[in-house]
Amino acid sequence: MEGDIATMGAYIGAGLASVGMGGAAVGVGNVVGNFLSGALRNPSAAAGQTATMFIGIAFAEALGIFSFLVALLLMFAV
Amino acid sequence: MATDVNGAAEQTGGLVFHPMDQFIIKPLFGDGAVGIFTVTNVTLWMAITVLATVALLVLGSSGRSTIPTRMQSLAELCYGFIRKMVEDVAGRDALPYFPYIMTIFMFVVMANFVGLLPGAFTTTSHIGVTAVLALLVFVSVTVIGFVKHGAGFLSLFWISAAPLPLRPILALIEVISYFVRPVSHSIRLAGNMMAGHAVMKVFAAFAPMIILSTGIGLVVTPLSILAISAIYALEILVAFIQAYVFTILTCVYLKDALHPAH
Repeated sequence: MEGDIATMGAYIGAGLASVGMGGAAVGVGNVVGNFLSGALRNPSAAAGQTATMFIGIAFAEALGIFSFLVALLLMFAV
Repeated sequence: MATDVNGAAEQTGGLVFHPMDQFIIKPLFGDGAVGIFTVTNVTLWMAITVLATVALLVLGSSGRSTIPTRMQSLAELCYGFIRKMVEDVAGRDALPYFPYIMTIFMFVVMANFVGLLPGAFTTTSHIGVTAVLALLVFVSVTVIGFVKHGAGFLSLFWISAAPLPLRPILALIEVISYFVRPVSHSIRLAGNMMAGHAVMKVFAAFAPMIILSTGIGLVVTPLSILAISAIYALEILVAFIQAYVFTILTCVYLKDALHPAH
């Protein structure tokens, strides 16, 4: 065992920040699930909305990326 | 367990490696420090990316045969795909900016695919590369907005559909989310590529375990080879989807600049 308590705190913080990525997973799953349930009701309208779905995925994913960024900053920058 | 394997492997000739080693930037010639103008492995693989893109599009479109060859139909597919995306998402008056968006898409998708070749370097896994792409989009979209609409571009932040007392708060949120755009735009691509390649290398580091111990290695080696094949297939999908998302967000930002009023 080596290192100081600040490094330990940074690593624990990085692990805690990674929990936020689970929220992004829930969000992306929600977007795609709702898109799919709507698409199966009205398949003819689905093709035109694929781009909207990807935009929604991208925005939901952005917040998970921020927690990933915080984890990376704690691991390598602090 | 990974550290045990690492230690044992270093003694037996370095079979196992660190999963993040693939992202190290090395000078191509010599062992000097990496400066701004040093030719590194990033430069090499970026040049290969550009050459591959040029080869696909120039060679693909040079034939102009009525019955397209495989390369020509691929080049036409890329062109039609991006043109339709710009028209659908950003509108017809965004078509003057189509060449720039096409360039971004072809570079990102080709860099992602070239990075998937075994032994290649994934240039888009570095925030330095994607940040330049995202900042170029951010700056050019802001300039386009101000040139087209002048101060009227600021109505993007002043949501007239909301009740009056709420508008200053919403304006603050909109300004923050506007300036966060290049951050999320660049880190989405870099983070996805980096995470996927790191996962592949983790399984790759477990694969030679059968050499170290025939006991647990008999289970771990086939499993990790199976897993690496599955993750590789997923990464091919991710490589395309991330390039698609990067381009479609460029279109969305461009639409905001061309039509700032909500």
